[in-house]
Order: sequence, then structure tokens, then C-alpha cells
Amino acid sequence: MGVVRPVPATPARLGINVGGVNVSTKSKSRTFPTHIVVFLAPAVIVYTLFMIYPLIDSLRLSFFATGPDNKEYFVGFQNYVKLFTDSDYAPRFWGALKNNIVFFLVHMLVQNPIGLLLAALLATGGWGRKFYRTVLFMPTVLSFVIIGFIWNLILSPLWGVAESILKAVGLGALFRPWLGLESTALVTISLISVWQFVGIPMVLFYAALIGIPEELIEAARVDGATGWQIFWRIKFPLILPTVGIVGILTFVGNFNAFDLIYTIKGALAGPNFATDIMGTLFYRTFFGQQLQLGNPTMGATVAAMMFLIILSGVLIYMFLWQRRVQTVEM
Amino acid sequence: MRKHVVLALLLLVALVLSACAQATPTQAPPAGQATQPPAAGEATQPPAAGGEKVTLIIESWRNDDLPIWQDVIIPAFEAKHPNIHVVFSPTAPAEYNGVLNSKLEAGTAGDLITCRPFDASLKLYEKGYLAPLNDLPGMENFTDFAKTAWSTDDLSVTFCVPMASVIHGFFYNKEAFDKLGLQEPTTWDEFYQVLDKIKADGTYIPLVMGTADMWEAATMGFQNIGPNYWKGEEGRLALIRGEAKFTDEPYIKTWQQLARWRDYLPPGFESVKYPDAQALFTLGKGAIYPTGSWEIALFEKQASFPLGIFKPPVEKAGDQCYISDHVDIALGMNAATKHPEEAKTFLSWVASAEFAELYGNALPGFFPLHSTPVELKDPLAQEFVSWRNECKSTIRNSYHILSRGEPNLENELWRVSAAVINGTLTPEQAAQEIQAGLDKWYKPKQ
Repeated sequence: MGVVRPVPATPARLGINVGGVNVSTKSKSRTFPTHIVVFLAPAVIVYTLFMIYPLIDSLRLSFFATGPDNKEYFVGFQNYVKLFTDSDYAPRFWGALKNNIVFFLVHMLVQNPIGLLLAALLATGGWGRKFYRTVLFMPTVLSFVIIGFIWNLILSPLWGVAESILKAVGLGALFRPWLGLESTALVTISLISVWQFVGIPMVLFYAALIGIPEELIEAARVDGATGWQIFWRIKFPLILPTVGIVGILTFVGNFNAFDLIYTIKGALAGPNFATDIMGTLFYRTFFGQQLQLGNPTMGATVAAMMFLIILSGVLIYMFLWQRRVQTVEM
Repeated sequence: MRKHVVLALLLLVALVLSACAQATPTQAPPAGQATQPPAAGEATQPPAAGGEKVTLIIESWRNDDLPIWQDVIIPAFEAKHPNIHVVFSPTAPAEYNGVLNSKLEAGTAGDLITCRPFDASLKLYEKGYLAPLNDLPGMENFTDFAKTAWSTDDLSVTFCVPMASVIHGFFYNKEAFDKLGLQEPTTWDEFYQVLDKIKADGTYIPLVMGTADMWEAATMGFQNIGPNYWKGEEGRLALIRGEAKFTDEPYIKTWQQLARWRDYLPPGFESVKYPDAQALFTLGKGAIYPTGSWEIALFEKQASFPLGIFKPPVEKAGDQCYISDHVDIALGMNAATKHPEEAKTFLSWVASAEFAELYGNALPGFFPLHSTPVELKDPLAQEFVSWRNECKSTIRNSYHILSRGEPNLENELWRVSAAVINGTLTPEQAAQEIQAGLDKWYKPKQ
């Protein structure tokens, strides 16, 4: 059980025939690999039909605009220019992007460290481990509607328990209608989302932590390392790949987020667009709101921007993180 | 072995192809077909000509009203017209527009179509789905004001029979007013004196409203009290003609009033939602509740105290008053109906005073638009509708023509009105933002 186990590149592994002709290999290489096609077909067909085709069609739609005769016309990059420069669309787009970055940063700075902390505590073992693991993960499987409703009630200035709890500890003066103020609404909703999803990084980190062989930690202890040193010098470097995965999952999840804000604040993402993120901007543009009719082509443009943002995040992860951090086999 | 593999592959391809083949034709009318009641759908086919019973289907989003149509309205009509059978077939409100569109495209929609006000129905007419009804007997029972919402912009063609409107105003807790010795306010000065007294007493929340959902600030605030400032229809039409702007005094003054409300609202009103406010008022914890007549049925059921209403206050006693009497619902005819004569018979009846009385009493708070006054039995509904005699009626100024572009005027009014009450925008800033948004796309016809 070494930390690094080099895999010998034998000729057989590389598929090179050395010494003599292997007849069976030759005949196989000429046969069309039907079985591969058969096994791949279901996934490829379903994925192409329901994911790739709609995605490409949505990208195509972003280059069109609806004329007064209800027909679509090709307009090149006009929709994108409009999204970035128009006095109506540009503030909404940049505002949504900024809010989305805040939303993401709150998750990265609060959700993931807390997830790591909880995982580290759970991994040390002890009483009630299974119980807490389940309880902490539970909000993740609840519906957004329930989460939104519960937190609306908890934080309600009329019937919520938040104010009474603060009063009980003598901090009643600190209570504000956090969900309704422009200055606090976004961070409050981000924290609600953190509460809901903290189970996911926790479980991922937990799985990585309990995968670390006991021998390493024992060896470190014998060498006189403290618990703090063991965590930062041995455990954390070993779970770095998981840190990357949690980071990219958070990024993709946050830039696709919509449900929680929609259930708490509605599609107009008030007050005064303070909680507007890419998902709500897309929804409002594409489907419309009250008297505003939907604009599918501009909606597709917003969707294309979401796709590009998420794609660039994933590419950065793949090329700058995944390549440098070696997965260590144990 | 290979045979099996090829067979499996073929099977798979066949499966996928058949799935595709099924997917294509269902794309247009899926929702429509699913919600069409099969029995009723078959009944639309004319059974035979001459003297036999004809069935008419009504498309509607008012699924709350199903029992009223089935037990009260339709039997009253069928008693007079035994050869016509009418079926009320509603869809969920949020899905109605989409479902109706697909049904009309697929040709499976009912004979009679319940019309949303303004642009949604105008689009259906322009696409040829709604029949013009100018020469329908009974249409003369409605004023131009009532017909605006279901006519072309130049009022030359009307395509739906107006059914009802809702009126804005203020509800109040009579018990609270009696206890504190308060009178219904008529002017703004009186209004704030009343609020100050309630606030000083401390038992009740003076003004019950929240800004979390935003539409209350615009609909129950701005559109409720504003008509007194912009002189109802006069101001609304001036905006459409481009002769008035949102930066004009009447609009700034309306927002200034809303900004003053802040001191009287419930604690933490910024995150108080519409159902919260309704509950707060019907539990007897609030004194005054700005809203509209559609709350009558709910409030009468839930409140344990007597309710009163008063009109939006005016500047000086004796000023001409204006009320928001917002046209909301109408009935039109599917241009492709197989029974145009029977459908017109039904629509003529809907345009009659008899229908107005039935409907207005079955749904207190939804007021018939008929030009002959209707006798309503609910006292609150009576009082609401009596305002039509003293005040001039208007509709919400964002509904007609002005919400056709981007940014959408109605959404913007929600946003800035809530922000004005929250104190994050001044009335002047709100006015500038609204007018700038409108100027961006709206060019008034000269």
C-alpha cells in the first residue's frame, strides 16, 4: 500500500504485438465492434435527443429574433450585443452575474468549509456518527418549495421564531426582516441554500477522509505529529481531488440555481432585483412575467451565456486543477 | 451470436424511431388534448341537424367558479333554451393561456372562450381565433369603457362580452374603528389622522400591507390611490397619447403618499407576503387594509369582526373622486365553432341584465359591467359598486397598450412602488426610472 504505485507499461498493455503474429487479434481488429455500438446506443441516443440536441437548438435560437410577423429571423450576434449594452438588459445581466458570483462565493466560503469541518468531525468517529450524518444530509433531499416555505416562516417578522430566539438570548434588537431588505436578501437566501446543501460536500469529504489508510495516520502519530498537523499535512493533501470536485459541483450548481429564489422571492427576484441571479433572469426573459410576454430568443441568449460561464468554469477546473492534482491510488 | 446482436440493434432503432414519430405530432397540442374532457369533447360533434340538443363548451381559468356555473348560471340558461346544453370546462389559472393557445391551434378548443383582459385576448383575435361580436344583440348594454379591454386599439371591433370588473379600495376593521372612535377618512389629512390615532393607541397595526411580493405595492397601492391624482381615464389616456409623463406631478404625488405609508405598516413589512397580510388583517390585528373587492368572499368568511370599506382618499373634501374599476373577465366565441348560432344565443344571454344579476351575486366582489345597475345582495359588494355613482371609473394604467414593450411597465411599477415604500428609491427616482423605461420603446401615435 504505497502512496504511489507506478503502473508498468508492458508491451501487452500497450497493445503491441511482439514476437510472432497473433492471429486472433488480427481478425478481431477487422471486425466491426457491433457490441460496443449496441451498448453505447441507449445512452448516446437518449443523451443526444434530450440533452445535446436541445442545447444546440437553444444556442441556435440565440442568434435569431422574432419579427413583427411572429417569424424568426437570423440576426447574428445582435442579441448578445443587446444583452451587454442595452440600457434595459445590460444592468439586469451584469446585476444577475454579480449576484450569482456573490451567491457562489457564499457557498465556497461557508458551505464547503463547514462541510469539510463536519466531515472531519464525523470521520473521527464517536457516538452518534450515523445519526448526525443522516440528519445533516436530510435537507438536501427536501423539495425547494418546502425549504423556501419553512425559512420564510422562520424568518417572518410576524410569526417567525427567529425574532423570539434572538430575544431569548437578549439580541432581539438585531432582528431585521432579512429576506426583504435589499442589503441582506441575497446573503440570507445564499445561507438558506448553504443550510440545504451542506450535506453534499460533507458526504463527499467524509467518503474521501475515511478512505485514507489508517497506517499513514498511525505513522504520523508515531513521528509525533499533532492532530492539527495530521489534518493539514496528511489528510487534506490526500483529499485535494475531492476539494476540486466539490468546488466544481458548487460552481455548476450555483450558476444553474433558480428554484430557491423563485420560491422565496418570485420571478422578479425582489426587492429591486437584489436577489436576481442568472436562473431567474433567464426564466423571466424566456417565459415572461405577469403582463410581460416571454421572449424566447433573448431567453436563449441568456441561457447561452449561462452555458458559456459554466463551460469556462469546468474547463478551468479540468485544465488547471485536475491536471495538477494527481489522484493518489492507495 | 452476431445475428442476435444485429436483431437487438434493429429493435433499438425501431424503438427510437417510433418514439420520434410519436413525439412529433404531439408537440403542438399535448396539454390541450390532455385536459380536454373526453366525454365533453365527443359531444361537441353535432349530433344531427334540426331541433336536436346542441352542446357548447366554455373554456375558462376560473376553476374556483365551477360549482357556481354548474349549479346556478347554466341551469338558469338551459331552462330558457332547452335545446342548448352548456358545459363549463375550466383549466388551472396559471396554465390557461398556454393550454388555450394549443387547443385553438389544434382546433380542439371549446365553443366559448373566457377572455383575459387586453393583449392576451387581442392576440387571439388578431390570429383569427376569436370571432368579432360587434353586432351581437346585447352588446349595446356595455359602455366603451367596459369594452376597451376586449376591443382593438381603435375600438372598432369588440370580440368578447364583458363580464366583470374588480374595484379597488380600503377595507377596515369596524370593531377597531368603534373602539378608538374613528370615522371613515375621506381626505388624505383625515387618513393620516386616523392612522396616527391607531398608531398612538398601539393595539392594532394601522395599515396592513407587505412589500415582499411587490405587486401589492403597485396594485393595491399605486393603482388604488393614484386615479384621484391623475384624474382616472383622463390621465390614463394622456399617457397613451404621450401628452402626460410619469414624471408629472400626479404620479410623483402618488408615490409620495406611498412613501408616507412606511411608518404605519407592520414591523418587517419588507418581508411580509400577501397571505401574511391577509391573515394579519382577518385575525383582527390590523385596522386598515388597502386592496380590492375580490377579497370580499374570503374576508367575510375568515374575519370574526364586522368589516367596513372606504374609497381612496382625495386631496380636499368635495374633490371629484376616481376609482380603479378594473375590467377583468369576459366571454368570447371561438371563430371555429360548429355552432355559431347557439354560441351567440348564449353570449347574448351573458350580455343580459339577468346574467349580470346572477353572476354578481354568486361572486361578490366581481362586478358586472352591465350599464343597467344590478341589484347585489352582499352589503359590502353593494357599497363598492355604489362608488360608481359618485366617482369616475378607470382601469389600471399599465394594462392597456403600455405593457407591450421591454422593459415591461407593469413589472417596473411593481419594482419601483415596492422600493418607494421600502425607502430605497425616492418618488422622483421612481418616476424617472418608469418614464425612461417607457420612453425606450413607446412612441405615442400622433
